[in-house]
Amino acid sequence: MNRDNSYQAVMSRRPEIMKASVGIDYQEFELSGIGFDYERMMKETGYTLSEMQEIQGSTGVGNTPLLEMSNLTALARKYAPKGKGARIFIKDEAANPSGSFKARRAANAVHHAKKLGYKGVIAATSGNYGAAVASQAAMHGLKCIIVQECYDSHYVGQPEIIEKARKCEAYGAEVLQTSVGPELFYIFLTLLEETGYFNASLYTPFGIAGVETLGYELAMQFREKEGRDPDVVLCTNAGGGNLTGTARGLIKAGATETKIVGASVDLTGLHMASDNHFNRKSFTTGHTGFGIPFATSPDRSDVPRSAARPLRYMDRYLLVNQGEVFYMTEALAQLEGLERGPAGNTALAAAFALAQEMNEDQIIVVQETEYTGAGKHIQAQLTFARENGIQIFFGNPDDEVKGENIILPEHPSMMKARDVDMNKLRASFIKNAIADASILTQEDVEYLMAETKTDQTFIAAELEKMNISVKV
Amino acid sequence: MIQQGTWVKIQRQVLPVGQRAPQLPEDTKQVPFLMWAKGFLVAEAEMNSLVTVKTITGRLVEGTLTEVEPTYQHNYGTFIPELLRIGADLRRERWGGADDE
Repeated sequence: MNRDNSYQAVMSRRPEIMKASVGIDYQEFELSGIGFDYERMMKETGYTLSEMQEIQGSTGVGNTPLLEMSNLTALARKYAPKGKGARIFIKDEAANPSGSFKARRAANAVHHAKKLGYKGVIAATSGNYGAAVASQAAMHGLKCIIVQECYDSHYVGQPEIIEKARKCEAYGAEVLQTSVGPELFYIFLTLLEETGYFNASLYTPFGIAGVETLGYELAMQFREKEGRDPDVVLCTNAGGGNLTGTARGLIKAGATETKIVGASVDLTGLHMASDNHFNRKSFTTGHTGFGIPFATSPDRSDVPRSAARPLRYMDRYLLVNQGEVFYMTEALAQLEGLERGPAGNTALAAAFALAQEMNEDQIIVVQETEYTGAGKHIQAQLTFARENGIQIFFGNPDDEVKGENIILPEHPSMMKARDVDMNKLRASFIKNAIADASILTQEDVEYLMAETKTDQTFIAAELEKMNISVKV
Repeated sequence: MIQQGTWVKIQRQVLPVGQRAPQLPEDTKQVPFLMWAKGFLVAEAEMNSLVTVKTITGRLVEGTLTEVEPTYQHNYGTFIPELLRIGADLRRERWGGADDE
C-alpha cells in the first residue's frame, strides 16, 4: 500500500492514527457543547486502584519509601519566623525500576498494550517517561520505540536528554532523535502507522490513572507513620499528569483536606520551539514552558482529550528559579545524603520556601525524586550551561535572567517560591476552552467550573469579561 | 568502506527549510528538521553516503551514514567550584562550627 507520507497528509490522518493506536474512541465522551465527560472517560477506560496496584506491583513499581528531611526542615526553621517551618518529607520515587515515578504511568500503559495484543509501544518523550516505557516493554517482551527531541541544528545535545536516550537503549528500545521542533509529532504519527504499535502516550486515562497509586500510597504511609494526612503535597509540574494523578489518588484515599501545590522551574522568556534557545535552558522538564501551556490548554497533547488536567486539582502554583533548584539538589546530597536528579528537585526547592510560611506542626511532602547519573547530574548540567555561555554565580536568585545566567543563592535564606496568579491561569483556560463559541449552555458552565475548580460566580464573571452569554 | 552489519548512526532530513510547521519561531524556520537513528548497515557503504539501516526493532530506515559504532560520551562534566562552596556553606549553616575546626 502506498500512503502519502507528506507532512500535511500525515497530520490530516491524525484522528484515525490516534484511534487505532490508543484503542479509545474519544468521541464517545464528548458532550454537546465545549466539554467532555472527564470522569466517565477515566472510569470507563482506566483501571481501578486495586487493579493498578496489582499491575504495578507485579513489575516492582510503587511502594517507594517516604523519607523525612529533618536536616532540611531544621535549616528552613532557622530562617522562618518563630513557630513556623513545616516538616518536609519526600517520596523517593527514584526507587522505581526505571528511576522515576514515570514507571507508574508506563506500567499501566504497557500492560494495557499487551492486553490489547499490540506487538510494541511507542512514546514521544525526552523525559524519564521514555526509560519507564522501555523498562516496562522489556519486562513484557514488547518492542519499544522512543522519539525524543535532543539536538539543536548544530548537533549539540542536552546531556540530560542524551543520558535518557542511553537508558532507553539499555532496556533494548530503539531511540529516534530529532532536532528542535514540534514536527517530532509528524515522525511519531508515521511510526505509529508504519508499525501498528500502541501509542503509550503520557496523557491517556491509563497513564494518568497509573499515578493515582502514588497519591493513595502517600496518604496510607502518612496515616501509618504520623496518624494523619499531609497538609500539602507538592508536585513538580510539567504536562500536568503527575499532579493530576497524585491528586486523584489522594481523593480516592479520602485525603480531601490536603492541599495540592504545583511547582515549576521558571523559564519564562525562552521559546520552547526555538533552535537558539534550546541549549540555553538548564532544565528540560518540570518548567513553565510545559507547565503553563499544558495547564491552560491540556488538549494540546498527543491524544484528543488529555487525562492530565491540573487546574481541576491545583490549589496553588509556585515558581522557582534554576539556581535555586541546583542549590537544593546540592543541599539534598550534602544534608540528607541523597543524590538525586536536579529536575525532580524542583518541588523540593519550592517546599523549602513554602515550609517557612507554614506552622511547625504541619507536614509538607514532595511527592517524587528521580535518579541521577552521567549527563543528568548537577555537575554535568552546570558544565553544559557554562559551555553554552550561561553565567553561573552566587547572588540573589530573583535577578536570574533566563538563558543568560543561573544565580545560585548567596545564602540559603534567599530561597524563594513565587506564586503564579491562579485566577489568571483559570481565565486563560476558559478562553482556550471556549475557542470560537459565542453562546454557552449551563452544561458548558458546569464543565468550566469543574475544569478550573471554581464556582458559577467566577465563571459568570469571566464570561462577562469576554462578552460571552449563557443560554438559560 | 564500512562493512555490512556494522552498527552505525544515520542522519536524515525530514523536512527542509520552507516545508516546516507554520507556527515556528524565525530561527527554527531557517534550519531543516533532522532526525537521527541507529541500526545495522544493510549493505557495505562509504561514510557520508546514503544508506539503509535495520534498527533494533527491525525497521528499515534510510539516511546519511554519519557515525560508525556510535557510543555515549556524556559524563559528569568538569570542575564546578561553586558546588564545593554550597556544600561547605550548608554544613556550616546546619551544624555550625568554623572552617578550621
